[in-house]
Amino acid sequence: MSNQIKVEVASICQVAPTIREFTLEAIDDELYPFSPGAHVVVEMPSAKKIYKNAYSLLSDPADTNRYRIAVRLQEASRGGSIYMHEQVKVGDQLLISPPSNLFSPFWLAKKHLMLAGGVGVTPFMSYIPEMLRRNADFELHYMYRSLQTGAYKNELSEQLGDKYFGYDSDRHTRCDVTELLSQQPLGTHIYICGPESLIQAVEEAAQTLGLPASVIHSEEFAAPKPGMPFIAEIKSSGQQVEVSAEDSLLEALEASDISVPNLCRGGVCGQCVCTVEEGDIDHRDQYLSDDEKAAGKTIMPCVSRAAGERLVLDI
Amino acid sequence: MRVAPKEVETFRDDFTYSNSPEAIKRFPFPFPEDEYRYSVNMEPHTPKGREGSAYEHFLDIDEHYLSEMTERKLVLDAMPHRCLAMDHMELACWDMLERLMTSLAEDYSDYFKLTIEGDQWTWENKLLNIHDTFTFGDSSTLPKPPLEYIGCQVQGDFALLDQRDGDLFLDAGMVTCPADWSLAFDAGMSFKEWHGPVPMAHNEGIFERALKYLTAMQVGSPIRRLNWTLTVNARMDTSPETYHEWGHERTSVTPENVGEKVYLRVEVQVMDRMPRSNALMFIIRTYLISLEDIATNPEWAKRMHRTMKTLPAPLIEYKGLNRYHSMVVDYLSQFDPAN
Repeated sequence: MSNQIKVEVASICQVAPTIREFTLEAIDDELYPFSPGAHVVVEMPSAKKIYKNAYSLLSDPADTNRYRIAVRLQEASRGGSIYMHEQVKVGDQLLISPPSNLFSPFWLAKKHLMLAGGVGVTPFMSYIPEMLRRNADFELHYMYRSLQTGAYKNELSEQLGDKYFGYDSDRHTRCDVTELLSQQPLGTHIYICGPESLIQAVEEAAQTLGLPASVIHSEEFAAPKPGMPFIAEIKSSGQQVEVSAEDSLLEALEASDISVPNLCRGGVCGQCVCTVEEGDIDHRDQYLSDDEKAAGKTIMPCVSRAAGERLVLDI
Repeated sequence: MRVAPKEVETFRDDFTYSNSPEAIKRFPFPFPEDEYRYSVNMEPHTPKGREGSAYEHFLDIDEHYLSEMTERKLVLDAMPHRCLAMDHMELACWDMLERLMTSLAEDYSDYFKLTIEGDQWTWENKLLNIHDTFTFGDSSTLPKPPLEYIGCQVQGDFALLDQRDGDLFLDAGMVTCPADWSLAFDAGMSFKEWHGPVPMAHNEGIFERALKYLTAMQVGSPIRRLNWTLTVNARMDTSPETYHEWGHERTSVTPENVGEKVYLRVEVQVMDRMPRSNALMFIIRTYLISLEDIATNPEWAKRMHRTMKTLPAPLIEYKGLNRYHSMVVDYLSQFDPAN
């Protein structure tokens, strides 16, 4: 991408046992201001391959001097977070995309209820300064495991006072999501960022309580997880693209010079959607609806894979 | 050669508006091929063409600047609701002010100057004798709310679209020179709702594709598209609010006066992602040129004849050309002997 921004790692700090924060400063141009909930896609040129992962910006959006991101070490991942934790040093240069936003606050809401799981607190770090500026009614409910995550919990608790609620499952305090949702006034919008299990639990509770789906907003960037190798056949050309266990389908297509429009590379934005002509799909994205996933006609190649040995793509 | 602003001309009553030869030369002629086809036709809004072209800069300030700013004031004085901004769009309005001021100061430094010291901004507009210092983000420090303040200093209409639930909502804007649409009527509508009246395009999936493209637009990569219609007399404000003043003028076209009375109205529409609010700014910059002036360029006259001749009936109806479309085709046919 030609519109990438070159940044320098100005500082690195451990903000939880498995989470590192990186402060990025511009080298050539000024950084763009950004909107609450925005993310950037960071390019990580490891020796093996170039990873591109999306990370939420967690600094105050009004601060155009630097961006901050937090990366949780995912031992089971393919290596993007390991690269960030083990290879990246202060003074290194990185390429990032301009900020984009798939998780903006719904400003017409009467109240904003934020539910964060672990490193999922990051987009709310940029919500909060703007919510305070607008005098918006909000609460942050932060679920973490203090042996692994829980970044920024002390400063958030101090800054937010009675708007902050912490739940440490390593100390057996848990959030009763159904109870929490049942207490919210009409016009509350609910934002979830965290593992899929949290998103599902909240969505189920909302459904039980009869809350409309339109007040539930969630974001979970899934860095592509490895899987079984398979073959992707391109219908128009008959070309056979081998997708290794470690590569995403999108990466394998790109390596074969087949370009697919894409932005977040984490199963959220919907830009890379491809039509599937043949073959079963292992859906791993947040973008397609349950019905679309069940229909099996479309795939998000940035994170999803073949469920079998072969997929035929209509591209 | 750059076109400098000239003395105030009118877009109503005595219609003294006219294009200089330079303005005709740089007119953004909208027809790329002989046959009319509906398409999304979006392209990156990057500088193109020689110095002085209508696409040289992000915003185009031309010889009609003072006239259009005077006309805008007349409209807003009579109908203040032609500018509106819902409460949740405050930050988007500041985004717009920042984008317009910084690009004007950079591209037209003879006319505009912006000095930024922290959050203290000083803005000078030498064409309108404006010189204000204000606190960025604090509307109480400006003489007018931010959208209205900057909107009254830039040619073109403006809309700010809030992005939520994968859709765009028309929640703020300043619209004083529309091609027959009303901001007050469309306010709060979603993308498909405000495009409801457009014929033909709905079945072709054009709006789905356009919406997908627009919601994915990134900061720093503006795009543009051209739109066009025909207007009787050089009237900027062809709004539903003032229909009683201009609707009847369509009956005044005759084969004798069609060349001077009918204007090609071109909109250069620019879309740009706003960084602080994630809103989409939509600029509709309107240019008017009489058929007579088009005829000074034989290629344009020939091309326009062919396009008008193949215009589908639903579009003739939608654009409100029923009463005089055939006179336009007849007039232009003299420049296209082969057809």
